[in-house]
Amino acid sequence: MSALASHFSYAVTIFLLVAGLFIIIARGNLIKKMVGLSIFQTSVFLLYIVPGKLVGGTAPIVAPGFQVYSNPLPHVLILTAIVVGVATLALGLALAVRVHEAYGTIEEDEILERDAAS
Amino acid sequence: MSFAQSVSANLPALQVVLPLLAAPLVLLLRSARAAFALTLVVSFACLAIAIALWQQVDASGPIFYAMGSWAPPWGIGYYVDKLAAFMLVLVSLTAAVAVPYSRASLAREIPADSHTLFYVMFLLCLSGLLGIVITGDAFNLFVFLEVSSLSTYVLIAFGRDRRALVASYQYLIMGSIGATFIVVGVGLLYLMTGTLNLVDMAERLADVRSSRPVLAALAFLTVGISLKLALFPLHQWLPNAYTYAPSVVTAFLAATATKVSVYVLIRFYFSVFGESLVFHKLPLPEIMLWLSLLAMFAANFVAIFQNNLKRLFAYSSVAQIGYITLGLSFDSVNGLTASIVHLFNHGIAKGAIFLLIGGIVLGIAKPGAVAPAPTFDRLAGLAKRMPLTCFGIVLAGLSLIGVPGTAGFVTKWYLILAAMERGQWWLVGAILLSSLLAVAYVWRFVETAYFRAPPADAENPAQLRNEAPLSMLVPAWLLIAATFWFGLDTSLTIGTALEVAQQLVRGQ
Repeated sequence: MSALASHFSYAVTIFLLVAGLFIIIARGNLIKKMVGLSIFQTSVFLLYIVPGKLVGGTAPIVAPGFQVYSNPLPHVLILTAIVVGVATLALGLALAVRVHEAYGTIEEDEILERDAAS
Repeated sequence: MSFAQSVSANLPALQVVLPLLAAPLVLLLRSARAAFALTLVVSFACLAIAIALWQQVDASGPIFYAMGSWAPPWGIGYYVDKLAAFMLVLVSLTAAVAVPYSRASLAREIPADSHTLFYVMFLLCLSGLLGIVITGDAFNLFVFLEVSSLSTYVLIAFGRDRRALVASYQYLIMGSIGATFIVVGVGLLYLMTGTLNLVDMAERLADVRSSRPVLAALAFLTVGISLKLALFPLHQWLPNAYTYAPSVVTAFLAATATKVSVYVLIRFYFSVFGESLVFHKLPLPEIMLWLSLLAMFAANFVAIFQNNLKRLFAYSSVAQIGYITLGLSFDSVNGLTASIVHLFNHGIAKGAIFLLIGGIVLGIAKPGAVAPAPTFDRLAGLAKRMPLTCFGIVLAGLSLIGVPGTAGFVTKWYLILAAMERGQWWLVGAILLSSLLAVAYVWRFVETAYFRAPPADAENPAQLRNEAPLSMLVPAWLLIAATFWFGLDTSLTIGTALEVAQQLVRGQ
């Protein structure tokens, strides 16, 4: 139990990672799949950001009286990763719109049915 | 410093920045012809830069380039060694061949108003692929991976068939999962080493090499990159993506995208983790060996029964990637040489085939109509109408089989050498047997195109010569000539691959 408490952030990360992956696999709706993918990617943001924060650490600005600073690099990296995630989500949703125009549905099994029929 | 000197000193940055900056410029141009002209100039400039970098590396050893003069390991460093220069030449060469080809092909495959957008995406994809190869920073690698992947999804969605959209969506899901796995792996490595610079990371890993987070990082990176390089059974996205994408996109991707991913795998395995961890402490070589064998047999076997010519060669690509990973799994100089050289040899042969199939797609289309899928019933007797195209596919097909005299033979030769070194004679048999499967699908094309009577419909008189335009034939035939050139004169390809492999395997 104490192991879970001390690794709480990792437990959340892993839960989000697996939950996101599960949604991608288990849901046939193209929008829901994108939701899963977003959760999946968000879990990684946590993985990076949490270790960057030190208990009692401040923003990394040199000032008298402060000795412990948080590491800013993971945050900067994740800023980039968030942008990538947003771009992926936008493109995925745009594709879902185009699929809806072409097929009249965004359910994966119905799309496969319509392809098999044509 | 004179202009020429400063250009020469900043070549590693220019290699990536040039196509990256050209992309928004092309978007502003708004004219398809100007967009094509600028893309053409940029892709040739990229090839020139890649060759210049190659010569610099050849003359004076690996190049370190500190982006914005920030010293490593704090700043992002670009690092060009022989292997990177080799890959840069492959990627930019394929681009320089594909762009002149694209104009005639796109005119029939993509609505005229989106040609500009196509070239924007093409340049972004090119710059992403070049960036992956050249960067020496793990996170920067992920960013370039996503730049190239996102533009690839769009390029595939340009296909006229509505199934292209679904293929693109599926690739987006699989590709993003792969990329996220790679970020998790890089993140774990960063947590353990506190650095993102690949060279620095390799040094600091020495102390924590067998710790659990590092092993987890290795697992995440292996699965993530394997998704990207379409290692069997993670190849599900590839056949659809290759089949429904526009011809020029298929040719470009088949020759570059999966190959660059293999390059990333080699970098992480040999340069970062070190082969002692990857190949001696874990059962990774065995797993990779069996997955490669499965790819070689299952994908080749499935390829034989495909009805769509593009899909047939897409499955053949999965099988050929099996040869590349098979070479990797041997963990020997000869095996790695075969892998590295096959990146190039397969790239040019498969690139040529997909370029020629683009010609077929136009050739079998009725005037003014949307180009149909190149299914086998439409290919009957095609050799009479398109002799150069069909003969080209047969010649490049010989390289896929590995007939002596072609580049494909060189790879197989080194693979067999590596297998014999280990005393695994049954593997030699397996390599030869899987080549026989390649004979079967190439023969299927020969039989249909050369020996079957053309369909008797009035609109398509059998005697009519209907060859693809020269702008499409010349690039493809250049690649075919290269396939034979590098099959006979192996000093450049094998020389480089052998040198790189010796450094990577024995260097640690």
